[in-house]
Amino acid sequence: MVVLRVIERDAPGAKPPAVALEGVSIAYGGGSQPVYEAVAPTTLRVAESEFVAIVGPTGCGKSTLLNAAAGLLKPASGAVSIFGEPLAGLNGKAGYLFQQDALMPWKTALENVAIALEVGGVASSDARKQAKEWLGRVGLAAFADRYPHQLSGGQRKRVGLAQVLIRHPKILLMDEPFGPLDAQTRQIMGTLLLELWAADRKAVLFVTHDLEEAIALADRVVIMSCGPKARIIGDHTIDLPRPRDVSEVRLDPRFHALHKAIWSELRDEVVKAYGGAPA
Amino acid sequence: MTPISRPKLLAWQVLVAAIVLLIWHIGSTVPIGGTYLLPKFFFSTPGEVIARIWKLFAGGQIWKHLSITLSETVLAFLIGSVGGVLFGFWFARKPTVAAVFDPYVKMANALPRVVLAPIFMLWLGLGIWSKVALGVTLVFFIVFFNVYQGVKEVSSVVLANARLMGMNERQLFRHVYWPSALSWMFSSLHTSVGFALVGAVVGEYLGSAAGLGYLIHEAEGVFDVTGVFAGMVILAAFVLFIDWLVTLIENRLLVWRPQPASQA
Repeated sequence: MVVLRVIERDAPGAKPPAVALEGVSIAYGGGSQPVYEAVAPTTLRVAESEFVAIVGPTGCGKSTLLNAAAGLLKPASGAVSIFGEPLAGLNGKAGYLFQQDALMPWKTALENVAIALEVGGVASSDARKQAKEWLGRVGLAAFADRYPHQLSGGQRKRVGLAQVLIRHPKILLMDEPFGPLDAQTRQIMGTLLLELWAADRKAVLFVTHDLEEAIALADRVVIMSCGPKARIIGDHTIDLPRPRDVSEVRLDPRFHALHKAIWSELRDEVVKAYGGAPA
Repeated sequence: MTPISRPKLLAWQVLVAAIVLLIWHIGSTVPIGGTYLLPKFFFSTPGEVIARIWKLFAGGQIWKHLSITLSETVLAFLIGSVGGVLFGFWFARKPTVAAVFDPYVKMANALPRVVLAPIFMLWLGLGIWSKVALGVTLVFFIVFFNVYQGVKEVSSVVLANARLMGMNERQLFRHVYWPSALSWMFSSLHTSVGFALVGAVVGEYLGSAAGLGYLIHEAEGVFDVTGVFAGMVILAAFVLFIDWLVTLIENRLLVWRPQPASQA
């Protein structure tokens, strides 16, 4: 059992965390069906401008925690608060980047990005101008008029990133956003994400099953055990210097030391997730 | 199999038509062993059918029939589509309503529409509206089921993403549900336009004073096989023309959709 690292955040005058999950548990079923407790009561806080990655075996309830922070899922117990305010309904301060394609297939790349502003009442011409700038920032200036099906998986993710960031959310929630991409594209996307993030340092909660990706990107890596009753079993501060290049930071000896330490914790959970005995 | 080139394909298609016409021509005009394989009385001849079509167009009376059938088709399609879209949306967004009406929708859809034709004639007379009504009952259900499906099957991820973007119900309707439903509706456009035409022609056939169905029925009444075949050929050409129009509209409105692999 690993003791959770608890920082004194409740001291008077301290800023409330951007995201605070206090004793949040997630359960499905009920009524006639047996209750399945996916996540045991868990406490996780993400400070303002902190990049936290949650790592755990696939299908172990990491995404459900993220959905609770987004307000897409109501926790069975515990409380979610955003900048100290209890969360009611959808989290309006958060931008959410999904693992699956979330672009509207009937809108072009430009329209998909611009709509994120238009729904908030920004005039169409202004929204389009800003959307063009953001498409440029994610390297897709030449693809503004393409429909999602005409873009590659990586390009669609870039559009998704622009769509989320154009609203300047205070919190970024990311659910294995680069999961379906190939290894090279993932590294490029990771570096792009860090570049964009460095500009205004939002609070990020990043879910992944890839430990290397987590260490390369995050300030803190949180390890989750395998469900049912998934819980946090480790919390590591990543002290690699920034700015980082996702593909180069992997060659850093400190990266290897961190990877070794965290992997030894994670390994047993991964083995359990695949139904084998601990190695 | 490698796809064949366009001109080659066209040549083959023309060849098929030529062979069919040739067999028809020989069977109906050249006696084999003293008998005609395709007696003129029952099958007419290609030459006579073509001559009749020419006469119909040259005389100008065909245009009246065509325009009546066309307006019945268009009206049936429009009214049926609007109704199908409205009810499809309503049922998809209100599951209770859908559950209550489910058996009745299924009953109405299972009913062979031809049996309704006499009732519509009783209610609406022998003019175009009884034919439009028949077409509407056909088109409505196709559009209704497709829109219902389209609204129900909006990707939950796209929907969650749109909600998190801050869309309200009205914006969700405009940017998510409507385009999705529309794409489903257009995927059935060929079928629903075809059924609108079927409704019109069958209605005319069962009782009217004008239209392609009337033309064919009238020829049948006097054993004028040439007239029946001429009417059928004109009807087939008319269907091809409308189908071509639908394809044009579809290509314009659904540019965002990936091409099916076979056409890419």
